[in-house]
Amino acid sequence: MKRVYVNEKWCLGCHLCEYNCAFANSGCDDMVKALKDVQIYPRIQIEQGNGINFAVNCRHCEEPLCVKSCITGALSVQDGVIHVDQDKCVGCYTCILVCPYGAVMPGPTGGVVQKCELCTNNSSGEPACVKGCPNRAIVFEER
Amino acid sequence: MNYVIIGNSAAAVGCVEGIRSIDKTGSITVISDEPHHVYSRPLISYLLYGKTDREKMKYRPDDFYEKNSVTALFGVTAEKVDYEAKKVVLNNGSSVAFDKLLFATGSSPFVPPMEGLDTVPKKFSFMKLDDAMALEEAIGPQSRVLIVGAGLIGLKCAEGIRGKVRELTVVDLAPRILPSILDEEGSDMVQKHIEKQGITFHLGTSVARFGAEKAELKNGETVEFDVLVLAVGVRPNTALAAEIGCKVNRGIVSDEHCRTNLDGIYAAGDCSESYDITEDQYRVLALWPNAYMQGETAGIDMAGGNQLYDKAIPMNAIGFFDLHVITAGSYAGEAYVTRTEDTYKKLITKDNLLKGFILIGEIARAGIYTSLIREKTPLDTVDFELIRERPQLMAFAAPERAVKLGGAKA
Ligand SMILES: Cc1cc2nc3c(=O)[nH]c(=O)nc-3n(C[C@H](O)[C@H](O)[C@H](O)COP(=O)(O)OP(=O)(O)OC[C@H]3O[C@@H](n4cnc5c(N)ncnc54)[C@H](O)[C@@H]3O)c2cc1C
Ligand code: SF4
Ligand code: SF4
Repeated sequence: MKRVYVNEKWCLGCHLCEYNCAFANSGCDDMVKALKDVQIYPRIQIEQGNGINFAVNCRHCEEPLCVKSCITGALSVQDGVIHVDQDKCVGCYTCILVCPYGAVMPGPTGGVVQKCELCTNNSSGEPACVKGCPNRAIVFEER
Repeated sequence: MNYVIIGNSAAAVGCVEGIRSIDKTGSITVISDEPHHVYSRPLISYLLYGKTDREKMKYRPDDFYEKNSVTALFGVTAEKVDYEAKKVVLNNGSSVAFDKLLFATGSSPFVPPMEGLDTVPKKFSFMKLDDAMALEEAIGPQSRVLIVGAGLIGLKCAEGIRGKVRELTVVDLAPRILPSILDEEGSDMVQKHIEKQGITFHLGTSVARFGAEKAELKNGETVEFDVLVLAVGVRPNTALAAEIGCKVNRGIVSDEHCRTNLDGIYAAGDCSESYDITEDQYRVLALWPNAYMQGETAGIDMAGGNQLYDKAIPMNAIGFFDLHVITAGSYAGEAYVTRTEDTYKKLITKDNLLKGFILIGEIARAGIYTSLIREKTPLDTVDFELIRERPQLMAFAAPERAVKLGGAKA
């Protein structure tokens, strides 16, 4: 299955992927309106330090601990993509307890969680983070 | 092949999905004494709190049984297992034949003898959907509720009904709340937060006797109440398994394939014991994720596949009135503690391993810590100073990051 993979040495740490993610998931078609002066809650997050940068998002694990652990059944596998039903989620954070990558996080309202769904849940069509990365430091492909 | 599962909760669903990942055609029968489609047990408090409803708390969609070709018998109790004849005898007079059988029977509330308890008209356990609905019927804005038990179940119940009743008091023999998952400092912090919601605690004491609408405590105080919730403890449902000669300690003993000592008989979830790799011993790990994963392992094994359940650890994600707590592992070892006004963090290390942690208030990316425990990652292979500050993948060596994020083979 195609996933988002990191080419660590090409990452500039510019955070564009975070902005593109927040925009793609905002449901808004004007980037300025969607992102100006608001705290963003991207589902992909940059780690930085000592000249190293890389982006982290859900790995869409073959053995997804989050899905197996979710107490409500809100997390499920849909054609290989790990999907969260935010309507069902109660924000117990069991998935945050078990995800080895730290790739699930509370959403903007805090009540329920959000995660990368490879833009299958919005109108971007393909991962917006990858589309907008200026240096191919993240790619969407089979490996 | 005839698969039979006694119980219809996390472990049972794990087993069904485990079987069907391998065997698409064998016959599966689920026996459930509860008359409901599979629901999430932990959500019974969220139901009262108003954070979910009967529809959303279904753990799997309505067509779950049909899609997986499962015959589900609701409101039917398995009374006895005939191991020689390979059948389960039901309380409705019929029986179901099996080749492979899973005990996924969970646990039942344990109520110690208490003087005058039988004179209390409105008393409830808090384990099942029917308990929650009966409790909801019994309470109203003028109710004074007494909860006996300041563990996970008692306190989740308290959170669920706080907004619906006038007074809420919690009594526990233990000197602090949630003693099985928190240390003293953590218990204290969470207790203060819960107290701010107008919940009163009497700890380190117990009920000496119940009288008409009141409980006299051993410490001399009296609590007036009209509705009582008993959440003192639970006991694994092991009787059926013990009767046929399954080895039972506190729970049914099962190995890393979730097989019991009897051929073709499996046990998973709250009725069974798991090997806790942080304590190096078998114990009951009464948690939803463990139940699912044990059930899945059992199902795969029953269907002839191979899966090991060999990384079990105690772990909890729990929240009260928007204060989130995540804990895992065991707490004997060297502690590293940081505390702010509304957050608390404790990491416990021993023999070059992370053994356990407690996070209160700040829980972001906690799973990175959990995975260090589960994978027994030697701490000298990661930048522990870095990861101690905050869970992060940066603390792993570059080749390890290439595996985690770059798709490199391990
Ligand atoms: C209020 C509450 C809150 C909780 N919160 C959390 C939480 O936040 N996180 C977490 O990880 N865990 C939580 N738990 C624990 C979690 O619910 C259990 O670990 C989990 O339900 C165990 O699943 P199981 O499949 O082993 O058994 P159970 O869920 O106990 O189900 C067993 C089923 O088998 C049935 N049964 C038993 N014997 C028979 C028989 N002879 N014939 C027919 N049917 C039978 C029982 O009636 C029951 O329906 C909570 C529990 C409670 C009560
Ligand atoms: S959220 Fe975490 S555990 Fe779940 S699939 Fe993504 S990376 Fe894996
Ligand atoms: S926070 Fe939501 S998605 Fe995560 S385990 Fe709890 S219910 Fe499932």
